[in-house]
Amino acid sequence: MPENMLSKIDYCLHLADNALILCHKNAAWCGHAPSPELDIALTNISLDLIGQARNFYQYAATLINENNAKGDSVTDDHLAFLRDVNEFKNCLLTEIPNGDWGQTMLRQFLFSNYQYFLFQQLINSKDEQIAAIAEKSIKETTYHLRWSSEWVIRLGDGTPESHSRMVHAVQELWPYTGELFLPADYEMDCLKSGIGADLELLKKDWWNKTHEIFSEATLSIPGKSFVQDGGKYGKHTENMIPLLTELQYMQRAYPGCEW
Amino acid sequence: MDKEEIYKLLEEIQDPEIPVLSILDLGIVRDVVWTDEELEILITPTYSACPAMDVIRIHIQMMLSSNGYKNVKVTQVLSPAWTTDWMSEEGKKKLKEYGIAPPNPKQQVCNQELFMAAEAVQCPHCDSYHTHRISEFGSTPCKALYACDQCKEPFEYFKCH
Ligand SMILES: [Zn+2]
Repeated sequence: MPENMLSKIDYCLHLADNALILCHKNAAWCGHAPSPELDIALTNISLDLIGQARNFYQYAATLINENNAKGDSVTDDHLAFLRDVNEFKNCLLTEIPNGDWGQTMLRQFLFSNYQYFLFQQLINSKDEQIAAIAEKSIKETTYHLRWSSEWVIRLGDGTPESHSRMVHAVQELWPYTGELFLPADYEMDCLKSGIGADLELLKKDWWNKTHEIFSEATLSIPGKSFVQDGGKYGKHTENMIPLLTELQYMQRAYPGCEW
Repeated sequence: MDKEEIYKLLEEIQDPEIPVLSILDLGIVRDVVWTDEELEILITPTYSACPAMDVIRIHIQMMLSSNGYKNVKVTQVLSPAWTTDWMSEEGKKKLKEYGIAPPNPKQQVCNQELFMAAEAVQCPHCDSYHTHRISEFGSTPCKALYACDQCKEPFEYFKCH
């Protein structure tokens, strides 16, 4: 398989894994959110994310099958349910524990902010299918970003209790934000061939938005801190194995099961 | 074989989640094309994760094959992305009769402005505009929850997208 095709497949898997893993984390709030409306809102966001993940997995599967005439063909389900932890390329931010409602909202904001500007760039990708998925997804992500921004402001600029919880959430999550903008080699390849996003540019947009929302939320952005990375290359936190154990249980225990 | 006949058959296929709407009312059938003995129907999802798409695909296959069309292929296209502007006027009328407020004709919510006032949505039961939004997410990705301050009934709004 040509080198740039491998990079494109890895890139699609990376984008799909980000969406799938965050979808799974958010879905754990189902039945536990502070009110029924919020329960429905967060599960709707999860649903959007799984749709985006599925579109990227289906495209990755198509590319893998087209370029691997001899091997067994794969489907989107294989890619989601039968890969091992070191094959997952999601950013660590998506696999961090939910914490309280504030931490989940902050994680959603940090991620949706990243996804929003990412898709804005990918709409112009030279790869038609990546551009089409981005075009489809950005409308959904717009809702997610606005909704989570409002929650960060509401809680950050809320009561002393909610404010102190948000300060804690910022401390917990901030070390994982740097990885979003540290390009993996497949991201650099895809940028060079005109199909991927420019993370330098993305970082600027993300920072401006984060600045705007944090200042409205009376939260301060931490100074320079250690950057936790490795997720894009399959090196994950201790959270990831229990997560996959739950996510993949059915297909591992009952291979090929359908319902 | 003529296109009109195909569209007439497609008109009979309902959206599984909102059965008063046909898939044509919803605006998700993008085109019907013939290529060398093969009939291809192009459809586009309302939302990335629209759970109805797989069912709709099967229904199209069944409807056409039971009417004598062989070699039917249903292809999903993502671009241009579906918008509520593609819903037919007939579809909007049917939605309202069904008790769901149809999408406003002008896109009012697809922007980044925070804490904006909820859209003015007309109550499908009593026609009052004296309504308020309960949540911008609802029972399916395409709907938001509203309540009417006039007749006090809650209702769903097919939100702009
Ligand atoms: Zn009313």
